[in-house]
Amino acid sequence: MLGFTSKQLIGVGIFLFMIFIGVPMIIGATGRWDFYFTLTSVALLAIASAGVWLTFYIGRINIGQGAFALIGAYVSAILVVKAGWSFWISLPAAGLFAAIVAILIGLPILRLRGVYFAMITLVLTQVVTLTALALPITNGAKGISNIPLPSGVSLFGIPILPDFAGMENTKMAFYYTACIIMILTYAALYRLVNSRLGHLCRSMQQNEELASSIGVNISYIRIVIFAVSSFFGGLGGAMFGSIAQSVYPSSFQVADSVNFMLNCFLGGLGYVFGPMLGTLVLYFGWDLLFEFGKYQMLIYSTILILIIRFLPNGLLSIRIGKGGDK
Amino acid sequence: MSPLLQVKNVTKKYGGLTANNAISFDVAQNEILSVIGPNGAGKSTLFKMIASFTPTTSGEVIYQGERISNLKPHIVARKGVVRTFQETTIFKSMTVRESVVVAQHLRAKASLAGYFWRSKTAKEDVTAFEKYADELLEFLGMSEISNEQASNLPQGSLRALGIAIGLATDPKVLLLDEPFAGMNHDETMNMVNLVRSVRDERGVTVMLVEHDMPAVMNISDRIVVLNFGEKIAEGTPSEIQNNEKVIEAYLGSVDDEIGM
Repeated sequence: MLGFTSKQLIGVGIFLFMIFIGVPMIIGATGRWDFYFTLTSVALLAIASAGVWLTFYIGRINIGQGAFALIGAYVSAILVVKAGWSFWISLPAAGLFAAIVAILIGLPILRLRGVYFAMITLVLTQVVTLTALALPITNGAKGISNIPLPSGVSLFGIPILPDFAGMENTKMAFYYTACIIMILTYAALYRLVNSRLGHLCRSMQQNEELASSIGVNISYIRIVIFAVSSFFGGLGGAMFGSIAQSVYPSSFQVADSVNFMLNCFLGGLGYVFGPMLGTLVLYFGWDLLFEFGKYQMLIYSTILILIIRFLPNGLLSIRIGKGGDK
Repeated sequence: MSPLLQVKNVTKKYGGLTANNAISFDVAQNEILSVIGPNGAGKSTLFKMIASFTPTTSGEVIYQGERISNLKPHIVARKGVVRTFQETTIFKSMTVRESVVVAQHLRAKASLAGYFWRSKTAKEDVTAFEKYADELLEFLGMSEISNEQASNLPQGSLRALGIAIGLATDPKVLLLDEPFAGMNHDETMNMVNLVRSVRDERGVTVMLVEHDMPAVMNISDRIVVLNFGEKIAEGTPSEIQNNEKVIEAYLGSVDDEIGM
């Protein structure tokens, strides 16, 4: 069915069951309601990481996803607070705006390769932070707070999306929303990678010159991919702002951009679902090491170095062919 | 009959260095034309300009009456002028078959979005690509290695893979960059036969840059000789072999030898 093996379908089924039924049951049983927020964050960061992974797929190291997440968060916040839009419309708008910015920035910088591209993207997050501090519409350092919770959407009187403000348990609602968007993101990513566009990306990743000699418009594909990548960044950022109900210039920093990249490395650059796993492990790994106090960073970075040294293809390289992984 | 491809007064300067100076020659349909010359004669630069991988400083390349110099390489490839590279330029972590399938990009009928949504045309394309890849690999005698990872292939097969990738784009003119370099006599003879069958059976016009003189003399219909960026001779293999300027360029002049 749909070109999947039965093994893959079972994997996807187990995965969906876990996040939509398993996790809420476990949380209900243990009473750890704070886990909803943690897992929602993981889902949203995984969406942004999916974008970074995609730029890796055309052979570019992207350390600038924080910039697009921040742009997305601001665009959504401004549209909801100042223009009075529904959050659900502001969400794709935020992604599209981030994609447009990515096209404008990408036109000059995507010509660069390797460390040069990485360096420029590293600066981007800082540039967006400073821009947010300077612009009147973003409210400077005060940021935008008191963003209302997403309102309900109904079509012809039939409620499609519930009103978050009228809900008792917004944490759970946000968790489900984030998971659904994450699944849609990864489904789209999987389709993209396994379509002809994905094959062309692979050819560019391996040799841009040869790719252009077989007629691939490499600059066009680079822009498309960077735009899609940043769309995911904007989407994740906008969702984040809505959950935190606030956006500040420091909401996404250079460190976040680096983490998005690390999520991809950790999960595995060769696997579509790598960044999802990477985000989960990295996020929880950091929290679990909290007990070590001042040694937290030391242990954390040592483990990361060891993983990159001994598992250069990421965590998923240990278990190829299981579940829904490519 | 008007020539298929014309190189007209093509000049390339890098700062003060003139890599190619006002080179002109024609390439006829269905011919095998070699560009030879000592190291640094400007052969590779000329090839890069024909495939638009680098702009010309002045002059132009005309293909089927249309100027193709100073365009983007993928546009020139779409028009049917495709270059191959030396063996290091391949898709390393693809199999032979995957490389040849990807290289058929230009034959695709469905749009990229069509592929994403798996439209009917896209599915037909994929089937057609795979069928043609198998056909092409069989034609090139590469069926046995079609599922090998490119990075695991020996040099001779890599050269053939480069040609397979070039042919998969369905070119009218194929530019081969040193197809015989580093090959022993038997491998060279196989490659010579392969290139000839590409021309004879697929109707592809072939231009090649090569150092291996016996192979060049064997395979070429005509030869263009460059030296220090200038064209010094053009003609059939036997004409070139007896051309004094060419002999001088390769062996040094008599005057040089006795130091006068």
